[in-house]
Amino acid sequence: MFIQLSKKWPAFSWLLSLLLFLPLLAIVWQSFGDDQDVFAQLWATVLPDYLVNTLLIVLGVALLSAVIGVPIAWLVAMCQFPARRFYVWGMLLPLAMPSYVVAFVYTDLLEYAGPIQTSLRSYFGWSNAQDYAFFDVRTLSGAAVMLALVLYPYVYLLARTAFLEQSQSLVQSARLLGCSPWRSFWRISLPLARPAIAISVALVAMESLADFAVVHYFAVPTLTTAVYDTWLGYGSLAAAARLSVVMLAVLFILISIERIGRNKQRHYQRGSGQEKVVRHQLTGIKGIAASVFCGVIFMAGFGVPFISLLDMAINYFDQSWNSQFLEYSFNSLLLASTVALICLIIAIVLGFFKRLSASKSSDLAPKLASTGYALPGTVLAIGVLIPLSLFDHGINHFFESFGIDGPGLLLSGTVFAIAAGYVVRFSAIAIGSVESSLNKVSPSIDMVTMTLGLSPLKMLFKVHLPLIKKGCFAGALLVFIESMKELPAALLLRPFDYETLATYVYQFVSDEQLEHGALAAIVIVIVGLIPLIFLNRSLEQQD
Amino acid sequence: MTQLAIHHLTSQYDGKSVIKDLSLTLERNEIVALLGPSGCGKTTLLRAIAGLQPITEGDITLGDQVISTPSKSVVSEKRNIGMIFQDYALFPHLSVKDNIAFGLHKMSATEQSAVVDDMLTLVKLQGYQSRFPHELSGGQQQRVAIARALAYRPQLMLLDEPFSNIDSQSRGEIMQEMRQILKKQQVPAVFVTHSKDEAFAFADKIAIFKDGKIEQIDKGNVLYTTPTSPYVANFMGKTNYIAIESITNDSIVTCFGSQQLQEQTIPVTDNVMMVRPEQIIVDEQSHYKFKVVGCIFAGSHWVYTVCAIDNKASDGKNITIELHSHLLLDVDQVVGLSLNIAHIVTFNFDK
Repeated sequence: MFIQLSKKWPAFSWLLSLLLFLPLLAIVWQSFGDDQDVFAQLWATVLPDYLVNTLLIVLGVALLSAVIGVPIAWLVAMCQFPARRFYVWGMLLPLAMPSYVVAFVYTDLLEYAGPIQTSLRSYFGWSNAQDYAFFDVRTLSGAAVMLALVLYPYVYLLARTAFLEQSQSLVQSARLLGCSPWRSFWRISLPLARPAIAISVALVAMESLADFAVVHYFAVPTLTTAVYDTWLGYGSLAAAARLSVVMLAVLFILISIERIGRNKQRHYQRGSGQEKVVRHQLTGIKGIAASVFCGVIFMAGFGVPFISLLDMAINYFDQSWNSQFLEYSFNSLLLASTVALICLIIAIVLGFFKRLSASKSSDLAPKLASTGYALPGTVLAIGVLIPLSLFDHGINHFFESFGIDGPGLLLSGTVFAIAAGYVVRFSAIAIGSVESSLNKVSPSIDMVTMTLGLSPLKMLFKVHLPLIKKGCFAGALLVFIESMKELPAALLLRPFDYETLATYVYQFVSDEQLEHGALAAIVIVIVGLIPLIFLNRSLEQQD
Repeated sequence: MTQLAIHHLTSQYDGKSVIKDLSLTLERNEIVALLGPSGCGKTTLLRAIAGLQPITEGDITLGDQVISTPSKSVVSEKRNIGMIFQDYALFPHLSVKDNIAFGLHKMSATEQSAVVDDMLTLVKLQGYQSRFPHELSGGQQQRVAIARALAYRPQLMLLDEPFSNIDSQSRGEIMQEMRQILKKQQVPAVFVTHSKDEAFAFADKIAIFKDGKIEQIDKGNVLYTTPTSPYVANFMGKTNYIAIESITNDSIVTCFGSQQLQEQTIPVTDNVMMVRPEQIIVDEQSHYKFKVVGCIFAGSHWVYTVCAIDNKASDGKNITIELHSHLLLDVDQVVGLSLNIAHIVTFNFDK
């Protein structure tokens, strides 16, 4: 497109992109700073263990998610069995469950005084823990299971699409060339779904690398908890930045795996999607077994935690329905709406810049602006804190040099920090949503509008914005939802005495008193269910 | 010797009969085209033969083995049938060599490579064994697909619209190559297409499909000159239907005058005669004059629309016919026309 934009628009776009990219730069820059040997000390003592813990959790969750997600995806996509239609959607619901809530519920259910062990003891007549062996949830492997229970839907979702989009003629060809159905699954269907599985497992691994809440609650030290502790414990931004760089290295490997997967997928999935899928009819015991398998996973990831939450919310309604709950709900709502609006404006500015700019380099701006999304919440928080505290120190120095008291922590100690963190983290969602809607508007629409004598800015308001309304809404909604749910960045960036719903719930989880926060947790779950309702429509179309 | 025999086959898809009481036989080394518009059941028949689609009535016999009855069906992997799909269905994660060797998993590795080499030579793709499907052109992919199917030594080859994804420039050449390969390997084939030109070029016999049934099956030229129904006549090419004014034992009268019938009887109830555009010739001697009302240049010839003028037999009604000619005629010009027909085809349009 060769439309002359005024100079201000590109300048503003580049400024926004660089600001959003700043946290990543800041981490790298700060990691060269002086950390008073905190990092070296950590490295000499506990850090190797933390690193091993992190890798074990990442690998464990990735493996478990694949083991749960791939069979379910294949069953739901390629077989017909009782209640299959429910599971198409139902298997996604765990995505709405905060992992720390699931972790709490299972700790509660499975602990010594919990209902499971109590009833086992009374049934078998055991008197105390010495009489029997029971596993402990609050361990590294327990954390991996908890995370896998809420993260496997990524694998399910992508693998299911991969199975559905495989050209039917491939498996039919294999059959005609003498392959049994079982053999053609192993030789054709599964290898063809491999790139999609690799992508989804890489995403799961990134999420588990970023997890803070479960490992912190289970007291399993990992890199994320180390970043958190070095900042809040030692107050050393430089050491936290160095730890972040270690995490970024792991992240980089995972992103590379994801990219390789996407490249392969182009050839593997032609995705005609027009053929009607002929599903294997699972009748009798096979059908029931498939249904029960899906049912168990569904109950484990969503049903049991949600029922427990409801039970707690009802029994402790008077304690949880209080002024704090209302105040923090309002905090979350206000924060999430503001962040959604800012992200949407950024997305529109950058999207329009990319569309109308003649130079190729304009592609880079939205990409730079989107890097924050890949960063784990704790790392991102450190990246945001670095420039903000630098700014605050600068201002205060400036005032002090005139002998006046500085204004204090103007940015890093106020709601500004948390909002900025969220914008950096979630603007990628809005940018992606706006960009894909803009791509659906034919370029000839722009040309015809310009020949009709409208300025670019007028064109944006009169033509493009009405056309991409839905994409804008969807993008802003997703940002809103993610902001409602975000925990680790909020824990590090929130000002003193400020709580969001998520930090409020997490406080109760760590205090082993989720009963009092059950209502707030249900609000978070319900907000998390919203995007799944939208997703359901496209799932049904595929089906 | 009959290689494939289908008797009174009925097959349902989504509760509707897509194939109804269909019978078809295929001789050894014969290529039959199933020709018809989309949705008429051609592909369903192919899938029924391959065992990918259940049948509700009738039976299918391949060689001397009954492979499909409504109650019993040999599974696809035991039928020894090769199939070329519209999208070729090459396995994207396997190299050309592994694709071709896919059906040979019971052979030793050395036997496998010998067969793969033979097949690559046969389809003229020597040196391509380690390429992947996405690195090949459409025509090359198709040749790999045929090599893969032939390597499996099938008793029968099924081809589902195999040329529809190949550009029209190279299509003719590729069709001839494929035909020669099948003939050389002596594999009989059933070939589905909606293009009569492909059917003419590729098949020995053509079965015209209509609503799940075979309307007529014969050699292409026979179908063109002596169709048994207007449906087949229309499918085979442009045609005019000229009203018959009267029929006697040895002649038939139309706006082109009287035609002698040679060793041919025509039902007296028939009321139209089929005349292909190229069966009408410009003839200044003719008493039957027509006016040119439209003309289109069509490359190798001109297509004219003409009206009969002042013809008492046609009740003053203008009839429009299409005429193919190399001569340049002007609009409004009046020309004499006559017919050049060896075998007269008539239909009853009132039925």
